[in-house]
Amino acid sequence: MQSVAVIDYNMGNIQSVVNAVKALGFDAYTADNPKALSKALRIILPGVGAFEEGINNLKKLGLADILNKQVLKNGVPFLGICLGMQLICRESHENGIHNGLGWINATVKKLGENVADLRIPHIGWNVVTPKKPQPLFRNMPDKPTFYFVHSYCCVCEPDDVVSSECFYGVKFVSSVQKGNIFATQFHPEKSQQAGLRLIKNFIECEQN
Amino acid sequence: MLKKRLIVCLLLWQGHLVKTRNFANYQIIGNPITSIEQFNTWAVDEIILLDLSTDSVYDFARKDYRHENPDTLPGIITYLSKSCFVPLAVGGNIKSVEDIRLRLKRGADKVCINTAAVKTPQLIKEASKIFGSQCVVVSIDAKLNPSGKYEVFIEKGKVSAGLDPAEWAKQAQDLGAGEILLNSIDRNGTMSGYDIDLIRSVADNISIPLIACGGAGDWDDFSKCIIQGNASAAAAANIFHYREQSTRKAKKRMSEAGIDVRLDSFFIMQ
Repeated sequence: MQSVAVIDYNMGNIQSVVNAVKALGFDAYTADNPKALSKALRIILPGVGAFEEGINNLKKLGLADILNKQVLKNGVPFLGICLGMQLICRESHENGIHNGLGWINATVKKLGENVADLRIPHIGWNVVTPKKPQPLFRNMPDKPTFYFVHSYCCVCEPDDVVSSECFYGVKFVSSVQKGNIFATQFHPEKSQQAGLRLIKNFIECEQN
Repeated sequence: MLKKRLIVCLLLWQGHLVKTRNFANYQIIGNPITSIEQFNTWAVDEIILLDLSTDSVYDFARKDYRHENPDTLPGIITYLSKSCFVPLAVGGNIKSVEDIRLRLKRGADKVCINTAAVKTPQLIKEASKIFGSQCVVVSIDAKLNPSGKYEVFIEKGKVSAGLDPAEWAKQAQDLGAGEILLNSIDRNGTMSGYDIDLIRSVADNISIPLIACGGAGDWDDFSKCIIQGNASAAAAANIFHYREQSTRKAKKRMSEAGIDVRLDSFFIMQ
């Protein structure tokens, strides 16, 4: 059984992620300090809330450094969800300019800013189009549906890290992959069948 | 493109699942845990749990061994969220940031605030700043007053707030609410159809998503709510109980009316 660490940095409901991993038969625990992360075989960074508070909480708990070490240096497979995906970007424009972990060259910007009549936040189930065969989207329909709830999205340059796209008034990035780093804008732990399958694919992916 | 949502409202009173009519006449119909398991299977899009209790006595009243018997609301939320792999919103008796924090920590994805939002509007602002507007649903109960105008009611529909629902919804949006949950007190439990005029008046006055509830009586009502009412999501409490595969049938009818909805059928754990 893989040991999956779900990071608790006081940003929203992480119980759902823990429930989902356990329901799939894997061992999950919550981690809110560097020591707890050092033994994880898989790391999940969930999160709902504001970027600034998210990145500050990660740093306050001493987690930014251990994440850089475990994920970038030691190659531990990582899955960022929603705010967790935004935090790995270079910077965010939500309520000022804030620096993220900088793992991917992307900027967090408001979703559909210049699109008229678009209700924001983007809340509900939407179709995701994987850009090419991806480990996360194995064994599921070609265009799976996932649950989204967000007002900001990641703009990636270059876009070779983009692993899937979604459309809401405008095309935006729904997931990225860079080696052992995976991240989704949607919530797989709240997306029933497709979501649980994605989490299972992540946990079962090979560690390079 | 974003699909329209079908949402089930589970009304809880002291831990029991109840039906209501015009926000009164609570009739105990069962246990929320079996409901959640069933709706999960029939691919409902979201679940809203509204706690109508006025004191803190909770009891699932289950003496069998198949389920636990949590006796506090947080315990109930934690237990229910274990089998809920769609978003779970929790409302009822939420008065402070700490009330919200507790529910989110125990497994809720969103909270619905109603009376407290009207009495202390800064709670909306505070909550959306701390937890994100995605977590904050402002719930509005409305009915027609004697002069034929819609009015917002609080305290479980008993006290008039002297507010127009469409205007209050806009104010809530400006304060940071992520969504509005609109309930028609007149239509609740009557199965006479949604109050389309009420829904439309609020939907057209805001730019955040609107969930409409109250009055769904047959499978065609959901389409009317979305198409004519301009709601982002149709919710219902009473109609889904006592019917076979109800949410699945409702979704099918919505799809036949041309609405883009998620049609995933039975959910099977791998």
